[in-house]
Amino acid sequence: MLHTILFLIFAGICVAGALNFLLQRHPVNSALSLIVVMGSLALLFLLLGAEFVAAVQIIVYAGAVMVLFVFVIMLLNAGEEERTRGSRVALFLGVPGLIALFGLLCWTLSASRFQLGQVQIGGYYVPTQELGIALFREFLLPFEITSVLVLIAIMGAVVLARKERP
Amino acid sequence: MIPLSWYLILSAILFAIGVASFLIKRSIITIFMSIELMLNAVNLTFVAFANHWHQVSGQVFVFFVMVVAAAEAAVGLAIVLAVFRTRETLNVDQVNLLKL
Repeated sequence: MLHTILFLIFAGICVAGALNFLLQRHPVNSALSLIVVMGSLALLFLLLGAEFVAAVQIIVYAGAVMVLFVFVIMLLNAGEEERTRGSRVALFLGVPGLIALFGLLCWTLSASRFQLGQVQIGGYYVPTQELGIALFREFLLPFEITSVLVLIAIMGAVVLARKERP
Repeated sequence: MIPLSWYLILSAILFAIGVASFLIKRSIITIFMSIELMLNAVNLTFVAFANHWHQVSGQVFVFFVMVVAAAEAAVGLAIVLAVFRTRETLNVDQVNLLKL
């Protein structure tokens, strides 16, 4: 019962934030509603027993990535976006395809809901120690490759954002 | 006790809203943010299935998705800065040439 109430509250906040993200015209409003979505997703991760992932979601996504976005929005002084012809084409071709995709996903999920079973609070809980053991033993090679990827991304960002010398 | 499919349907809703805003929005920065929304929806699916099969791997994959998203945001925002510096606009309809 408690799980149902908590899930419905945070799922409602999530969907409301995402719809607000879609409907707002100003990029700063969109960014702030995306932060709301990420925060309530972190609480849903807590309900699923992934406490470390929830903390990292808040710190990395809502903390670092979104601050970067808001910083760039304010640096570029981005105003409200205007409607153009290209966006109408996307509206009339993209939205029916999107509804088809969403209907297909929901149909597949509801057809297999009896095989998927139930979730309960505390039914499965991952301590951070277990997560660290999995990350640094089983997934050591992907972890190291990811560090190279991040290094390349940092250098690429510095090179791209640098002012061209005349 | 709630069905696992509720989490998956919530994830599908978030992903669909992400795709919709990717198609409808015209500002480059908002399009980047809708990619982040889609990645978040996928993360919810990973954690839900990690809970279902009692496997840690699903949560480890969430970390890799987050790292790739952070790298993508850094490089993408640098590209947005470079585009704005040469084009003076953020509207994707006016950014249709590779070379000025």
